[in-house]
Order: sequence, then structure tokens, then C-alpha cells
Amino acid sequence: MRSFEVEIGIVAPMDRANVDTDLIIPKQFLKAIGRSGFGAYLFDSIRYMDEGQPGQDCTGRPLNKEFPLNQIRYKNASILLARENFGCGSSREHAPWALEDFGFRCIIAPSFADIFYNNCFKNGLLPVVLSSEVVETLFQKMYAEEGFRLVIDLENEIVKSIDGVTEIPFEVDSFRRKCLLEGLDEIDLTLKSKDRIREYEDLKKQNSPWLFQSNT
Amino acid sequence: MSGQTLYDKLWMDHLVEERDDGTSLIYIDRHLLHEVTSPQAFEGLRLAGRNLWRRDSNLAVPDHNVPTDLTERQGGIEGIVDATSQLQVQTLEDNCVDFNVKQIPINDERQGIVHVVGPEQGATLPGMTIVCGDSHTSTHGALGSLAHGIGTSEVEHVLATQCLVQTKMKNMRIDIFGSLQAGVTAKDVALAVIGQIGTAGGSGYAIEFAGQVVRSLSMEGRMTLCNMSIEAGARMGMIAVDSITIDYVRGRPYAPKGELWERAVKSWKKLCSDNDAIFEREIRIDGASIEPQVTWGTSPEMVLPIVGRLPSPEDATDSTKKEAIRRALEYMDLAPGTPVSDIPVDRVFIGSCTNSRIEDLRQAAQIIKGRNIAASVKQALVVPGSGIVKTQAEAEGLDKIFLAAGMEWRAPGCSMCLGMNSDTLGDGEHCASTSNRNFEGRQGFGGRTHLVSPAMAAAAAVTGYFTDVREFLGSDSI
Ligand code: SF4
Repeated sequence: MRSFEVEIGIVAPMDRANVDTDLIIPKQFLKAIGRSGFGAYLFDSIRYMDEGQPGQDCTGRPLNKEFPLNQIRYKNASILLARENFGCGSSREHAPWALEDFGFRCIIAPSFADIFYNNCFKNGLLPVVLSSEVVETLFQKMYAEEGFRLVIDLENEIVKSIDGVTEIPFEVDSFRRKCLLEGLDEIDLTLKSKDRIREYEDLKKQNSPWLFQSNT
Repeated sequence: MSGQTLYDKLWMDHLVEERDDGTSLIYIDRHLLHEVTSPQAFEGLRLAGRNLWRRDSNLAVPDHNVPTDLTERQGGIEGIVDATSQLQVQTLEDNCVDFNVKQIPINDERQGIVHVVGPEQGATLPGMTIVCGDSHTSTHGALGSLAHGIGTSEVEHVLATQCLVQTKMKNMRIDIFGSLQAGVTAKDVALAVIGQIGTAGGSGYAIEFAGQVVRSLSMEGRMTLCNMSIEAGARMGMIAVDSITIDYVRGRPYAPKGELWERAVKSWKKLCSDNDAIFEREIRIDGASIEPQVTWGTSPEMVLPIVGRLPSPEDATDSTKKEAIRRALEYMDLAPGTPVSDIPVDRVFIGSCTNSRIEDLRQAAQIIKGRNIAASVKQALVVPGSGIVKTQAEAEGLDKIFLAAGMEWRAPGCSMCLGMNSDTLGDGEHCASTSNRNFEGRQGFGGRTHLVSPAMAAAAAVTGYFTDVREFLGSDSI
């Protein structure tokens, strides 16, 4: 997994509450069997004026000019500013894959849906929870200043203004922080406990043998 | 020391290791797989040269992409017209062969929506930890298990280690006391709960549904309720084991038999919260106050009783909510103040892991029997949750009732719940749907979904508008 230390980037808005994963990446793109190439279809149903199809070349598609990510001022944004309950709905990991593939490295919101939040960390994407008031202030600053950028420092768990004057602390649990900072493979980490897992299984086989019946 | 909640017990029973950083390694008993969220996980294993930790914990079934049209379906995988869907279903089959995972194939009678199949086969048992790359895995909590959805990276993690790295959730109890009115079902309870606590209300919690209403529900109803926990923001919902649970599990193909059954039942009977257990959040709802529900907007919390009228953006206090109402009304092409019963219905969908079990189909059939779908309704699909449900329904003559009313009787699968196959809404169409998500475009590009119970969907099919099912009830209530 790609590691994350400090991200300095342009901030783009997703200014609505309860953005669901169907909106982040519509279902027709879930038919792919690979992990990459979803960025072109990020927010497909509101980004383009037509209905996208998997594998389609998007270069000639009619764009929704109102949609922020289609506007020059948010070009190359790597930080997405969002509202409450971002990423609710389906567990599809295609949502963080699409965000990451598009170029986002960090999402800031007052709250995230649990499964989405968890999925982000597995894909080098940092979800940052800040209070509604702080998020509102950031929205205002972002709208007021073209090319508005922020610094996201995971090591120190702070969001900084580009001039370094304002510092806003945030929290990430230490396991996830470590995995993301170092780009660690979680399966390798778990397999370090393989003897413990075997012990657990042996005990369970005695106490609850019905859990280990072979498939019929 | 205070007692434990059901969730605390299930957690402790599966704790492999607690780590200094506050995370825990949790053992997974059952891993269910389907074609959409597994290909990249198997690919990950291949790339890393890893094998399965425990083959016999896994059970796979294709459901999201399978055609439900009876003719297309007869052709099996080769018969799937959409090439990308076909490749995905084929990939599941190939991966199951390569990794020696048990798969219920597309045209096996036991095939169906993964959350219908698991409990039906007894692959879901009380006291288990159950995960699947699908958020509606919360359904299985109805059997007194700890069940939740995971992403594809975690699917790979479970395949390789049989464990997940987790942090413990907080406990929430939703107590639905009293009894339900005639015509009000588990689906209405689920929607009413979401209407009350909101789509993020359960975020960070494991929900336990309790109270007289829940105790009186059948297993089908309990599954409907737990299924929609995720729509209330909770990864998992669960219900304590009682005799209804045990009667449901008895005799199912994967359930233990003989002496093992006796031992299992003895341990399952302990699967309830202690009297002095502490819940960080408790919600009480009077069952009798719940009316048949209809969602009007683009989030499950945008829900009203059938007798209600649509809100106006002005009703909301904060600007984000105002904007959400404005946007939803615009997307749904509905005006503030409209009575819910004035919303027209273009299509009807009875199915999905929320409401496609035998009891759901019986409830719909009871309303539609001897009636016809309205001329203005373009299509009314009935999609059983599994081949077993389909066979049972046919044995009871339910298919004939639906067909006689002008509805379509289909092969099992997810179908129009998310429209990954060809069952989709047209642009701008309103659908009375028994599924679980009314998000923009969920059932088809530009489609407008209204979530309802199976009985309410059947009533809407008859009149062409959302209609209070209580008007249809004779003496034998649902
Ligand atoms: S029926 Fe719908 S919600 Fe259930 S698993 Fe299938 S797509 Fe998901």
C-alpha cells in the first residue's frame, strides 16, 4: 500500500451531506474485476451529463459544468472537503479506489460512514474528521480563495493552513496511523500472530465443534 | 461489574488477541462471498502467493449480476447477455475452482441472494462471526450472530488469515415495545427507526433490537430489521436467540445434527444481553405508533407514514438539511406539501435481501390476490430471494397469484435492488420498491426509488399510487 506522510494540495468541495457510495461510483462500474481505472468514473452520474458505461473512454463525454471537479479552479485537487456521513451505503471498496485513482489523498468531513472510513485506510487514502464548525469555515475559505490549499500532516495529526499560521488537530487511531504512515501490509501483520490464531482454533474446535463442520 | 450485552459476549468469544494500540484480532467463523467484491481479493492472494487459511469457512454464491429473466437464466453463465456481468460471474466460478472454495452455482436451486442463502442453508448459525463483502451482511445478526459487511481488502484479509483487525463498537439498544398495528411489518419498523435516528444515528454502534415487537417477529421479519441496520449507520444489528431462532435453524443443511445439535443449542441459549448490561445509547419506540412507511427522498431517513405530506426545505433548521431536502425534492420531482398517497408509481419491485423471503412474498400475495396491477404501472417484478424460496412460493401457488395480477415472476437474484443486471428503472420513473436504498440512480440512471414493505408495494401496484395497505385488509390481517 502507498504510504502517507504529508499531503499539500488543492481543496475541492463535495458540498452535500450523506454522499453515498452509489454516488461516488455507480454500480455499473462494479462489474470490473480489476482494482484500477475507476478514477475516470468517480461521481459519474453527477459529473457527466450522460450515463457512463464501464470501460468507456470518457474524454468526449458531455460534462456537467456546475460540478466542482469539472472546474479549472479545482483541477489537480488532492483533498476533498465534504459534509456529514460521507461514504454511507454499500461497502464497495471501489469508492476509495475511485477517489484514490482520481488523485485524492485525503477527505475531510465532520463524519464518515464506518465501512467507508475503514476502507480508505486500506488504500492509502486518509479520512480526517473535523468538527462541523471547522468544516464550515474551511468551506467558506475554499470558496473565497481560488486555489485554496491545505497541508495534511498525518505524523503530527494536524491540518495546517498553507502559511502554517492555523493548525487544526485531528485524531486517527494509532494502528491505522502506523499502517498508513509506513504503507504496511495488514495481512503480513496479522500473520505474525498465526500461532495465536491456531491456538484459538484448537480451543474452539473442542468447545464449539459444530463451527468446524465441513461444507456439505 | 456490570453484565454483558449480546455484542460484548460475541466479541469476547471471538477475541484472538488484544493489541497495545487498542485494536483486536477477531476470529471469523463464516465468510460469504459473491461475484462483485471478491475478484480483486482473490487476485491479491495470487499476487502475494498466499493461500486460504481455512477453506471450509467460505461459501460463495453469485447474486448481484445474475439475470432474473427466466429464459436468459436458463443459459447459465454462458447465457448471460451482458459480457461484463458474464465475466464477473465466470471469474467467481474460476476463483472458487482455483482456491477450492465451495460455490453454489448460478442455476443450483440453492442459489440466491447471499443474505437469503446463508441463513436458509444453516451456513449462518447463532453465535458465529459472519462477514461478507457486502454491507447488508448485518442481516445475519437476526440469528444472534455478529455479522457485518467488509470491503474487498478485508475479504482478502479474511481469506488469508480467518481474522479481522477490529476496534470494539459501542452498544445501542433499540427497544420496540408493545405490538404492531395490522398491516405494519418489520420493514415499516426498520424505516421508522431510521426516520427517528437518521442514517448516521447508529454510526459507531452495534445495535441490538429488542422488545416485545421484535420478540414476536418471525425470523424473516427479524432479518428484514437487521438488514437495514446499515441504513441507520450501524455496521451490525442483532437480536438475541430464542425459541424462534432455534426452530428456524433446526434441520437446515449446514446446521449441526444429533448430539452436536444439542450441545450447540445449549450454548446458543446464552446468546442474549444480561439484565444489568449497559448500553451507551437506548432508544424506545412504541410499536403501536408505527404506521406503514414510504420514503419520499434520496436517503432512507427521508421517510414518512403513508398518511403524511412531503416536507419543505423551510421546515429544516440548518442549511445542510435545507439543501438536502431541496435537492431530494428536485431529484424526485416532487413538490413540498404533496400527500404521500398522491405520488404515482411507474414500476414495482418486490425482492432484495430485505424483502424476498417466503413471508414477504406471502404478504404481497395476500394483498394482490384477486386484484390487478393498475394500467399506469409499467412493470411489477417479483423476484424471490433464492431458488428455495421460489420453489416454496410455487408450491403455495403464489406465483400464479402474481402472474394473474399482471406481475412478473422471476428467477432469484439482487435484480432491481441495484440494477446491475438488466432489471432497471427508466430515467425519471418512480418505483415502489421493497429494497433498502433509495439513493440517486441506485435502481437505474435517473430512477426514483420509494422504499416500502412488500404489502405496501402490492397495494401501490393495484392503485398506481402509494396507498395505505390498511385499506386493503380484510379480517385476516398480515
Ligand atoms: S439485494 Fe440489494 S442490497 Fe441485498 S445484497 Fe443484493 S444488491 Fe445488495
